[in-house]
Amino acid sequence: MTDETALQRVKFYQTGTHTVGNRLMNEARRSVQASMDRSNAITSGHRACQGCGEALGARYALDAALRASDGQLVAVNATGCLEVFTTPYPETSWQIPWLHSLFGNAPAVATGVAAGMRRKGRADVRVVAQGGDGGTTDIGFGCLSGMFERNDDVLYICYDNEAYMNTGVQRSSATPPTARTATTPAVGDAPGNIFGTGKNLPLIAMAHNIPYVATANVADLHDLEDKVTTAMAIRGSRYIHIMVPCPLGWGSASDATIHLARMAVESGLFPLFEAEHGQVTRSKKIRRRVPVEDYLRPQRRFAHLFKKGHEDTERIARLQRMADANIERFNLLGEREAP
Amino acid sequence: MLKQTEGSQAVAEAIALCRPEVVCAYPITPQTHIVEGVGALVKAGKVENCEFINVESEFAALSVAIGASAAGARAYTATASQGLLFMGEAVYNAAGLGLPIVMTIGNRAIGAPINIWNDHTDSMSMKDSGWIQLFAETNQEAVDLHIQAFRLAEELSCPVMVCMDGFILTHAYERIDVPSQEEVDAFLPPYDPIQVLDPAEPYSIGAMVGPEAFTEVRYLAHEKQLQALRRIPEIGAVFKDVFGRQSGGLIHSYRTEGAETIAVALGSVNGTIKEVIDGMREDGAAVGSVSICSFRPFPSAELRAALAGAKHVVVIEKSLAPGLGGIVASNIRLALRETTVPVYTVIAGLGGRPITMSSLREVLEAAGNGRLPEVQFLDLDHGAVEHEILRAKQTRRAGPTAENILRNLGQSAVVGNE
Repeated sequence: MTDETALQRVKFYQTGTHTVGNRLMNEARRSVQASMDRSNAITSGHRACQGCGEALGARYALDAALRASDGQLVAVNATGCLEVFTTPYPETSWQIPWLHSLFGNAPAVATGVAAGMRRKGRADVRVVAQGGDGGTTDIGFGCLSGMFERNDDVLYICYDNEAYMNTGVQRSSATPPTARTATTPAVGDAPGNIFGTGKNLPLIAMAHNIPYVATANVADLHDLEDKVTTAMAIRGSRYIHIMVPCPLGWGSASDATIHLARMAVESGLFPLFEAEHGQVTRSKKIRRRVPVEDYLRPQRRFAHLFKKGHEDTERIARLQRMADANIERFNLLGEREAP
Repeated sequence: MLKQTEGSQAVAEAIALCRPEVVCAYPITPQTHIVEGVGALVKAGKVENCEFINVESEFAALSVAIGASAAGARAYTATASQGLLFMGEAVYNAAGLGLPIVMTIGNRAIGAPINIWNDHTDSMSMKDSGWIQLFAETNQEAVDLHIQAFRLAEELSCPVMVCMDGFILTHAYERIDVPSQEEVDAFLPPYDPIQVLDPAEPYSIGAMVGPEAFTEVRYLAHEKQLQALRRIPEIGAVFKDVFGRQSGGLIHSYRTEGAETIAVALGSVNGTIKEVIDGMREDGAAVGSVSICSFRPFPSAELRAALAGAKHVVVIEKSLAPGLGGIVASNIRLALRETTVPVYTVIAGLGGRPITMSSLREVLEAAGNGRLPEVQFLDLDHGAVEHEILRAKQTRRAGPTAENILRNLGQSAVVGNE
């Protein structure tokens, strides 16, 4: 534990809230967003839905990257919600140089931008590529794996809302079991998405032995910023997988975004961890463990699990076992470190 | 410097002389020797300030080039056949974004059935992607067109495909003049982008455009091609001043004065056609030929002028639009729409089928005698085709067509594969 964090062992969280009190923190450790002179990679006025987790996650991630690169940042974007809601021509919300090419090629385009910058004598300009879960785990996966394998100097950020939201909520390989989407409807004997499918991209990224992999979440923005800052201090391929609730696709209240993101972590369904060169180096301990039901129940995409009179206890238990396995695997219980 | 060398190697050297900054490589026959050659030159330190990136697919190759070009770097890649189709989405994207990437196509057929040999189906599949498409007639022209391509692309902010026939050119050893660095430097200025990703002047590239502006953006892509119609001959003239030889341009006419039958073709087959024209001229036939170098933009006015005196136009083309006939012929018919000159389509050289002088002479003579059908498949084995049609009529489960044809030819045991 460093001196600066030692100060915060006591009463780090304000009583009765989950808010990390910036005023309790050493100035250098305060959130980028807490600064009066904060940058604004994505300016207001964009067209994201109310309560959009991706808009929030992207702003925090990119502003942290902007600070870490001293303003010398380029963003490459896959096709998807983030691309669409920030750039309805002729308006743009991007205050940084930004390039959108296709749905499936953001990692390769980012590789090209990084190479181009090096050849133009601008190796100081850092490159972030970003996409949703469909653009990352499905259609862009080949290019992403290639970028990882070559250890190209790009930070790739996946904003995971667990389905193709931009096209109207279809299943992706990041959609969890039982979730209802337009292509995994809540009908039949096993309504929603089936068990035994899907990819865990952070683990796949780790298998490429890249220098840094992390998961993050919009319920803990300070942790998210920290991970982006850590990633930006490294050269080579880095991957951050950020869970971003989607009120539209999840069927959740727009003011429940942060709460749901937190329940995903506190239930163990979405473990927060960091890995270097293929090894998990740190996991964020669960503060107050909750059953998966607390996470699932407020979301309409899981409503079929909680039908009055015939709750799908078997499949809820199966989801609980997935959470328990995560808790075990990533060692999510135990004493928490000061952030 | 004049030397005896392989077409691919000469093109690789020409690319190196153009001082590319990012080159992306993915192997596909028959283009592979070109990126291998560039890679060797980069690795040996003979290309200053250049990164050679081995990627995982053609889709990634062009995507890396898109990123590099948007960062202000001169970007190059090469592909062929299935590779061009696999990168198809990025092909349209590079043009839509106005990024002056230069790409070589080592022209090859598209499967199925899989076939590694030469025809033009690959390039034709991307003819309307917004890229400029230049077809090389010889390896010397392939070298020269690449040097011109960078200048043209960068002046117009429009990507350029240089198409050269797979194997026939890419793998042919012949005498080629590979220019000096000084000559190329005198002709090709450094890349000065109209748009570049720059934190000091941030803007968004690749924004979403709705119905209110999409037509205008597309119109400007068309207008850019029309500008290219003017610039291609001008750049060819500047090239001649620097390098002392005529290369490129929109079309090349050969012995068309007084010609009643004119053959039109793209690429290396024009060499064979010229030989045929010479022979027929010797025998007193009024024949000539036109080679189209710039297929996109399509030089309608120049073709109208070049074909003005013809009574028969015979388009020899290495691609097929099934259900229609010829792609090049359709374009030429459009150019000649105000005349009554018959335009015949001769589908030739598909999947590497040799185009022989005697067969060419036959179709040109048949055209002159008014005996050529509107669409003719050069040297088609009618027996094999009819046999297979009959088999399909007799048996529902007739089996795979290609394999049946091969079996019919008694060749199934010896057929080569990739």
